[in-house]
Amino acid sequence: MSDEYENKSGYQAQSSEALTGSAGSTPDMDYVRPAELPEQDLYHGHTFLTKWVFCQDAKVIGVQYFLTAVFTGIVGLILSWLMRLQLGFPGLAGFITAEHYYQFVTMHGMIMVVYFLTALFLGGFGNYLIPLMVGARDMVFPYVNMLSFWMFFVAVAILMASFFVPGGPTGAGWTLYPPQTILEGTPGSGMGILLMLVSLALFVIGFTMGGLNYMITVLQARTRGMTLMRMPLTVWGIFTATVLAMLAFPALLVSAIMMTLDKVIGTSFFMPTILKAGEVLEYGGGSPILFQHLFWFFGHPEVYIVALPAFGIVSDLISVHARKNIFGYRMMVWAIVGIGALSFFVWAHHMYVSGMNPWFGFFFATTTLIIAVPTAMKVYNWILTLWRGNIRINTVMLWCLGFIVTFVNGGITGIFLGNVSVDVPLSDTYFVVAHFHMVMGIAPVMVIMGAVYHWFPLITGRLLNETLGKWHFWATFLGAYSIYFPMHYLGFIGVPRRYYEMYDSPYMTSAVGMNEFISLAAFLVGAAQFILIFNIIKTLKTGKPAPKNPWKANSLEWHTSTQPPEHGNFGERLPVVHRWPYDFSVPGAKDDFIPQTTPPSEVVHTKVEKT
Amino acid sequence: MSDPKIDGFELKPGFRGMASDTGSDQTMFKGVHWGKAMMWIFLLSDTFVFSCFLIAYMKGRGSTPVEWPNPSEVFALEAFGVPVPLLLIALMTFVLITSSGTMALAVKYGYEKNRKMCGWLVLATAIGGLTFVGMQAYEWSKLIHEGVRPWENPFGAAQFGSFFFMITGFHGTHVSIGVIFLFIYAYKVFAGHYENGGKRGWFTTMKGDYVEIEILGLYWHFVDLVWVFIFAFFYLW
Repeated sequence: MSDEYENKSGYQAQSSEALTGSAGSTPDMDYVRPAELPEQDLYHGHTFLTKWVFCQDAKVIGVQYFLTAVFTGIVGLILSWLMRLQLGFPGLAGFITAEHYYQFVTMHGMIMVVYFLTALFLGGFGNYLIPLMVGARDMVFPYVNMLSFWMFFVAVAILMASFFVPGGPTGAGWTLYPPQTILEGTPGSGMGILLMLVSLALFVIGFTMGGLNYMITVLQARTRGMTLMRMPLTVWGIFTATVLAMLAFPALLVSAIMMTLDKVIGTSFFMPTILKAGEVLEYGGGSPILFQHLFWFFGHPEVYIVALPAFGIVSDLISVHARKNIFGYRMMVWAIVGIGALSFFVWAHHMYVSGMNPWFGFFFATTTLIIAVPTAMKVYNWILTLWRGNIRINTVMLWCLGFIVTFVNGGITGIFLGNVSVDVPLSDTYFVVAHFHMVMGIAPVMVIMGAVYHWFPLITGRLLNETLGKWHFWATFLGAYSIYFPMHYLGFIGVPRRYYEMYDSPYMTSAVGMNEFISLAAFLVGAAQFILIFNIIKTLKTGKPAPKNPWKANSLEWHTSTQPPEHGNFGERLPVVHRWPYDFSVPGAKDDFIPQTTPPSEVVHTKVEKT
Repeated sequence: MSDPKIDGFELKPGFRGMASDTGSDQTMFKGVHWGKAMMWIFLLSDTFVFSCFLIAYMKGRGSTPVEWPNPSEVFALEAFGVPVPLLLIALMTFVLITSSGTMALAVKYGYEKNRKMCGWLVLATAIGGLTFVGMQAYEWSKLIHEGVRPWENPFGAAQFGSFFFMITGFHGTHVSIGVIFLFIYAYKVFAGHYENGGKRGWFTTMKGDYVEIEILGLYWHFVDLVWVFIFAFFYLW
């Protein structure tokens, strides 16, 4: 490849024949700037250990991330079953005490938000897709990337270890609000919370190593012709989410360090003067609100760290399976970037009832409502992409449609909760639970499922079974609606969240039947996920081999030398990009898709736009 | 990989140049080594870590019900029988800023392929950093002897000790990590790992280059800059 690399090349066009890299004479219209950088040297593992365990191939690391995250997700799912068992049928499972219930709530929340969704989107899809989609041979720092996964693995191991320590895992709620989190009487206030904080700190360190890779790969290692505005929206979503994570996780790290010190050596960063059974504790003079500010400065961008990759991926899936270019690509990009920037100025809308200055609430309500504008733009654009598209109602498209519906639902309840005066009565009720599960639980999971069905042939070379996939979708979609839609009502009648049992409160009369119904639906939805696992196992054993580029997509990951791609991704020559990845159904074109690598001279007589 | 020099590109100046770089393919920062870009972004992230610490400190200091200790008394040092406020801190700051100077020179000589000078200057930087850590250890032990603990102190609000030990400790950890790497890189420079196309690192196929000294320098300057803020917030406020 050294013949393609021109170290001293400038911006000014040089004679085009020597530079385009294709054989023979090519018209000037196909000119692409020569390579700025030499080929990346890759470390090829030779032993089982360096090939599959401590592997430096981003694709293997991505799968490792994915599987580890799915493992934590299954733990989180089982915890949610136990919670619903208690809520729907109190006392039926005698082993679930109030303490256990709080521990389940806490661990379910933390696992699902941080260790499942974040790791899966950024670590899993990010690692697998970024180098392939931008046309790089690998991440720019493969060794650091490998360390990143193993740091995450250790963080997960420590988190899981907290189930087995004396006192069990922490039961302080996933927000870990002090002072109760580290005081006696809260479940897991001994070893449990300590392991949680250590695990979070390691997660942040591990993520930083991965995040640097994702950012530099996107910024500095794209292939020839791949401008930022020709990147698939998946990469834009993951990239912006990574930027958010790099700037938001520091607040989590700092709050974890400070709380660890409060717990272990008795400082009082977050601990005010506390009376316990008539006696003043050692603590005093600290500020619990400070923790809330630090936590939510991390916590709110975290919502978008999960949502933005989902936005990006779903845009690509909709475009491919509706055979139509994405509506308003540039608007979509700027919406992603705008949402990312705004997400740093809305954190205190989680704290309306914390007792902070009311003017703060006014400010944060305004910014929260402003963030709805780019988000709504994205929803319109998805729908306009579908408008008059050649829609294929396959499993992937079903998941995308499911995403749009659940996301709009969760987004609208978000507007309710963004207003202080509406939030105050609804705060800490099931309405909030319904809102955030709809918007950042179900909606991103729908995208993950769609992405799994979409990219499974790329990763394994086999197509997942469509019939099973449709059963999986409908059971999940209808089931998830059965869980969370009634929860809005429970919130309106005032059922508080995080209560172990309603006892004989007036809520009981109308909430009993509904709670039972929700629990049954939750069991069903959880069980439905095993359809996917069965489908994957069945496909790996007996599934039919996927043809090359089975969805007829344009982006680079489908145009590798082999499928699944080998280490180095693109064989002998790196691809040269001439267009965006959304040229579907172009009038006059031979096929209904034009891959990103197709030079303009091959599509002269089509009505393809210049991108 | 080798470092394509920025002068290999005809960069346009100003906002137009930035826009055309951003809009171009392959790289956004033309001619910038991957490792260097990574270090800048890492430092941006680390800036947020230290900002969170310092903002937490401001909030903690502002909301504590007990009087905050007077820093010029707490941090005074006896010199010839007279208590001089901030003497030790002034020395520490001087040493650290000087080490930034030697680091900058090391980068210059590195790019000039002057192996010996570069190595000696990296070593001098490492020794400067080590001196700083040593003086900080002295300061800590002096305060501990006077009864300052993370959870209490005889001068006033308990949060004083908490924030002081946490933030200077976190910064000191950064300095210590930097010192370790400075020693390693001094060895690597002297051993000629960056000469003749560079030696491949352990478990990676990337070749060494003097740009690594600049990357290390970025980290070192950052640690110094953070110290300036810590100095201002703890000792001058």
